[in-house]
Amino acid sequence: MGDEIERRDKGAVTATVPWEYAAAPESKEIVRIQDRYGLFIEGRFVDPLSGRTFETINPATEETLSVVSEAGPEDVDLAVRAAEKAWESSWRDLPGRERAKYLYRIARSLQERSREFAVLESLNGGKPIKESRDVDLPLAAAHFFYYAGWADKLAYAFPNREPRPLGVAGQVIPWNFPILMAAWKLAPALATGNTAVLKPAETTPLTALLLAEVIQEADLPPGVVNIVTGAGETGAALVNHPGVAKVAFTGSTEVGKIIRRAIAGTGKRLTLELGGKAANIVFEDAPIDQAIEGIVNGIYFNQGHVCCAGSRLLVQESVFEPVLDKLKERLGTLRVGDPLDKNTDVGAINSAAQLSRIKELVESGIQEGAEIYQPECHLPERGFWFCPTLFTGVSQSHRIAREEIFGPVLSILTFRTPEEALEKANNTPYGLSAGVWTEKGSRILWMTQRLRAGVIWANTFNRFDPSSPFGGYKESGFGREGGLHGLEPYLDLVPR
Amino acid sequence: MMDRLDVRKTYKLYIGGAFPRSESGRSYPVFGADRQLLARPARASRKDLRDAVRAAREAWKGWTMQTAFNRGQVLYRVAELLQGRRAQFVQELRDAGAPEPEREVDASIDRWVWYAGWSDKVHHVLGTVNPVAGPYFNFTFPESMGVVGIVAPETPALLGLVSRLAPAVVTGNSLVVVASESRPLPAITLAEVLATSDVPPGVINVLTGFTRELTPWLASHMDVNAIDLTGVPEDQLDEVEAMTAGNVKRTVRARVDDWFDDAVAQSPYAVTALMEMKTVWHPMGA
Repeated sequence: MGDEIERRDKGAVTATVPWEYAAAPESKEIVRIQDRYGLFIEGRFVDPLSGRTFETINPATEETLSVVSEAGPEDVDLAVRAAEKAWESSWRDLPGRERAKYLYRIARSLQERSREFAVLESLNGGKPIKESRDVDLPLAAAHFFYYAGWADKLAYAFPNREPRPLGVAGQVIPWNFPILMAAWKLAPALATGNTAVLKPAETTPLTALLLAEVIQEADLPPGVVNIVTGAGETGAALVNHPGVAKVAFTGSTEVGKIIRRAIAGTGKRLTLELGGKAANIVFEDAPIDQAIEGIVNGIYFNQGHVCCAGSRLLVQESVFEPVLDKLKERLGTLRVGDPLDKNTDVGAINSAAQLSRIKELVESGIQEGAEIYQPECHLPERGFWFCPTLFTGVSQSHRIAREEIFGPVLSILTFRTPEEALEKANNTPYGLSAGVWTEKGSRILWMTQRLRAGVIWANTFNRFDPSSPFGGYKESGFGREGGLHGLEPYLDLVPR
Repeated sequence: MMDRLDVRKTYKLYIGGAFPRSESGRSYPVFGADRQLLARPARASRKDLRDAVRAAREAWKGWTMQTAFNRGQVLYRVAELLQGRRAQFVQELRDAGAPEPEREVDASIDRWVWYAGWSDKVHHVLGTVNPVAGPYFNFTFPESMGVVGIVAPETPALLGLVSRLAPAVVTGNSLVVVASESRPLPAITLAEVLATSDVPPGVINVLTGFTRELTPWLASHMDVNAIDLTGVPEDQLDEVEAMTAGNVKRTVRARVDDWFDDAVAQSPYAVTALMEMKTVWHPMGA
């Protein structure tokens, strides 16, 4: 099925790359991957009581990188107890000033070792090195730096309330931004005086385990951060553990709902950052060339493995053709391939499972009558790859317009009036993000007020910052991460 | 000579600005403190609840787009009308067996006024301008969630209801309220106040009936964005919370021992708990 799709090219324009790029690989020498990793519990790497391990691979080559422990319920129990102990014996009562200094140490360490982390991130997850180097790592470090500064200023965050930590936070993170998501989870949890058990995604555990090393070097009290690797069962054991006071999950809406049901009635606090099907709306008066870059960044950034990706392009009818032509031309210049090559724009798909999901949805787009376009793409023999793809002639009922594909696949729809754009943009159970492109300021604000999404990018897309709250409406989840608002999910706000 | 007979009131539902009976034709008896029959209010059905959600969704579109100042005035007006009906509320609460009817009505009116004033102020307290590391203007502000279901606490029937309803409606949500099952009459009288106020039809809908029966339908309804579970019995909480997962509803549940204590029973955080935070990015450039 997949091979067939990859070669299909009905487009009018077959863009050609005007020049060749010499290979510019980033060196792997900076990273030392161990043959085997234990679980990080109470400040030490320990063998799993479960006795189980799994291999973690490089999705660009399918080569095994290392063998990682699979935490069973008994391991998760140890981790949660370690976190409870650390909370009660030290972290809870440590002055905010001191907690801050630990977080500053972690932030600095991430900056010092940023290239090492970036290379490892690209090796294990498949994302282009220029993204892990220029986006994931700087943001992860900045996140720790930002929340470090909150640790001793919490009394000023919520007027008339005394902020109290909750206890142990159980945090389950996805594979699309492994180290960045770890930072998004750990930094606010620790700054607010909670301890944590973090479960990285099964396909991308390595940067979290390297972070464990950083945490050791920072002399963080043992048990304040524990990292348990594994798949869904490990995550379930964590969120269902009675010692966990707070659950934070980033991942699919499907799993988010399972977690919500699982912890119903337990009184555990919950934040969910789930899927999306964002509309990126281009009006006729938009700066078209900038918009093209925004559209490309919106959907092909990180292979489209982005919950807030601009996966539904809504173009005003009057500019549909020039937008489509330019977009096809731009698609032809995207360099797909080796994630460690500094020129690469689109890296490897994270896993075989994800690749087959993308292929399945793309096939449904064809079956349901949308028109596919892919530029000429030379994909490596081994590894998991998918050529940047766009669909025209998409109707709102098509699966590719409704379901999150989580891959480099753009669905293009058109509209005539701002009202129609809004109607279509909001016609989804999701509500994580949206983009608006127009030179008319009043229209931006008009749209902003009416789009039902938690993050609105106007004349830009996919921007992130630790000081800027991020999170969804409707089935994209609840709670915010980042900024002042990112503190609240980890605090009990007691009336003064 | 015979004394004049009272004209008794039929207690009905309040949906979309109208007072229908339950489409099911059902009612249930409500007894007072001395076990006398007070009334037979409507026992709402699932269909009534769905009608109420539909009315709320329709009304939300206009209500959420009103200016904050306007909503503040509209809700302040409700407090004025509550004051005018003070004696009736006191009598109803006394009949129902409330221990301090006068104090409860006064506290309810004051709480309403307190929340009305938050309509154009929560944005200051919990909105932010975010100093992002780049040439972007970035800000975050709260806005309404949409349709909110409220399971009111059983007692105090009026003060508990007002304490949960006012923070939810003031920012532009529209509501479907399940009133106290054992003491529903003040909620219906409140609906009469709303009907003669400037609160647009459908913004607040009030259902009476069996809480255990109505709550699961509210919790599982796919067009309800959030639900206040304060009045849900402890033993039904697991089941109901699990149902909210279907469309990832936001859930809140107030744990208040003393509803007269302003320090715990009223809060701007009760307002923002039923609001979404929206973050906007815009480039800065010449």
